Amino acid sequence: MRYFLRRLMQAAFLLIAVSMLTFLFSTLAPGNYFEEMRLNPQISPETAAALRTQYQLDRPLPVRYGRWANSLLRGEMGFSFAYNSPVAPLLWVRARNTLLLTLTATLIAWALALPLGIWSARTLGRLPDRALSLATAGLLVIPDLLLALGLLILAVRSGWFPTGGMASVGFEDLSLFHKVGDIASHMELPVLALVLSALPVLARHVRAAVAEVLEAPFLRAAASHGIPRRTLLFRYVLRAAAIPLISLFGFSVGALLSGSLIVEVVMSWPGLGPLLLEAILARDLYVVIGGVLFSTIFLVAGNFLADVLIYWADPRIRTGAAAR
Amino acid sequence: MIQGRGWKRWLLTLAVLHGIIACAGFFAPYDSAEQDREHPHLPPMKIHFMDSHGRFHLRPFFYEPRLREGTFEQFEESTEEVQPFRFFVSGARYRLLGLVPSHVHLFGAQDGRFYLLGSDAYGRDQLSRILYGGQISLLAGLLGAGLTLFSGVLIGATAGYFGGWRDGLLMRVAELFVALPWLYLLLALRAFLPLSVSPVQEFFLIVVVIGAVGWARPARLVRGVVLSAKERDFVKAARGFGATDAYLLRRHILPETSSVILTQAAILVPQFVLAEMTLSFLGLGVPEPVPSWGSLLASLQQYSTLVSYWWMYLPVLAIVPFFLGYLGLASALQQDGATEKMVGRAGEDIW
Repeated sequence: MRYFLRRLMQAAFLLIAVSMLTFLFSTLAPGNYFEEMRLNPQISPETAAALRTQYQLDRPLPVRYGRWANSLLRGEMGFSFAYNSPVAPLLWVRARNTLLLTLTATLIAWALALPLGIWSARTLGRLPDRALSLATAGLLVIPDLLLALGLLILAVRSGWFPTGGMASVGFEDLSLFHKVGDIASHMELPVLALVLSALPVLARHVRAAVAEVLEAPFLRAAASHGIPRRTLLFRYVLRAAAIPLISLFGFSVGALLSGSLIVEVVMSWPGLGPLLLEAILARDLYVVIGGVLFSTIFLVAGNFLADVLIYWADPRIRTGAAAR
Repeated sequence: MIQGRGWKRWLLTLAVLHGIIACAGFFAPYDSAEQDREHPHLPPMKIHFMDSHGRFHLRPFFYEPRLREGTFEQFEESTEEVQPFRFFVSGARYRLLGLVPSHVHLFGAQDGRFYLLGSDAYGRDQLSRILYGGQISLLAGLLGAGLTLFSGVLIGATAGYFGGWRDGLLMRVAELFVALPWLYLLLALRAFLPLSVSPVQEFFLIVVVIGAVGWARPARLVRGVVLSAKERDFVKAARGFGATDAYLLRRHILPETSSVILTQAAILVPQFVLAEMTLSFLGLGVPEPVPSWGSLLASLQQYSTLVSYWWMYLPVLAIVPFFLGYLGLASALQQDGATEKMVGRAGEDIW
């Protein structure tokens, strides 16, 4: 229990630190949403200044942070100047879409990486391993930006996948069943891009972790006792290899979030990425802060899940004997 | 393909690739901003040896493009007149490596323009833009990595060597930076910096932003090495002889970190090149008319470009070899302990 409390405390500390950091940076920013307004001849400088005062942007930093934290507690996370609405509902819709994409991709990528990595480790140095290593190396050198663009080009040229957006025209009129089908078909391409960008890293780590355990003395001993290979693999190898892989899981969430931002922009998926980009260009301060904070929340959640899994998988932590 | 041995080969490959980009002025037939409004979106031109009368020419040649009759944007070859290639032709002025003024280009034509990889919406030569764009992207990556490694070593060595509250504080902050999704962090930092500035200012802004995002990982690695190095016997002995902290760090401890730093460099440079590309792709990078690999790809965000002009994908072909080279170098450095040979001493096992 104490372990979880400590992890939760750390997560909360991280979130507070991130929000303070983004706030601090935002004061360094020259110009703001209302400064950009000055370029518009229809808005007088007085109006812009009045708006600035109305939104309290002229108050000192601690006051603004306090007010923002207050609105966070009310579930608003500040106010979007461009959308003229509280930030949280705005972000929540987008975050749901990002989450849908990232979670699906994480699941599929791990579901593929585990068997591939294990197979590779079991045939270490032989043909399947060499072929897989070559394939993962090939995927590894293609950066996710290029991968996303490449898949988009493929989709546009071949017409195999629907491109752009999250739903077809006339989505509202579809039955629930068809709605799900429609979203799923629009997800194919972005999820494929994310899976292909995450897969090589994951598969290589699985291979390394499993290969290391396969060479461990305790496994030789177990094998010489005549335990069947299948039992050996599932009961001994995977359990021992799981611990480094679980902490990798936490990191993979962060990597997939970053990858998903690019994929969303390239394939115009209505997630956090395009909203954040828009907000940056418009200097919509609180949306930017909220977007960064949301991505941090996902990441923290992913890491917390990894911590829970490690607690379950690693007896050293359960008994509190781990020297951490 | 990627094997443990042969980091020298990878290094040589990378040196050649970087050399080509560094001498972009020589290899690119035209200036990257030079427009040719008569020939927008011109597909890559063909190199011929046989002319339309079936005669063989020893010197390769090309045909001038002209609008196909009845169209506004489709080009065809005007086969009446042969345009021979010339090598080492005089053309647009440039400074080789930013220093030596010159006007000699590897290839070109006497009159007429030759587009080996086609032209963009303003009739700018795609090949020249890819080569010049590489200068921006690679330089941003290299400088960013240099900045990151410098601050990483500084912070990591401080934390590891002095320990105590400095260690605690610095590593807490490092954890924060490692934990965040790097792209969101990059965008957040970029968000709070001025949006419309001159290309040169923008470039350095990007380098600083990229450099500021990545310092935490090398700092943590360096800290680990420093922590173990400062307990080594020869360090303790030197301290016993009255060596100062600065001397110990410089002479005995920092050399121990060199293998980590080299491997990190090979990992970080392509990541940071990608970071620059991503920022430019999203329109937050170096502005027009200065090309960068990211902004060259940005035109693909328009559906019409994506569908109609396949040669706008070609920057990809230039980018992938660099990533391959750096990945190969990084894994070669990691695997075969070449770094130990380079620094002349077997290091501790850090991974």
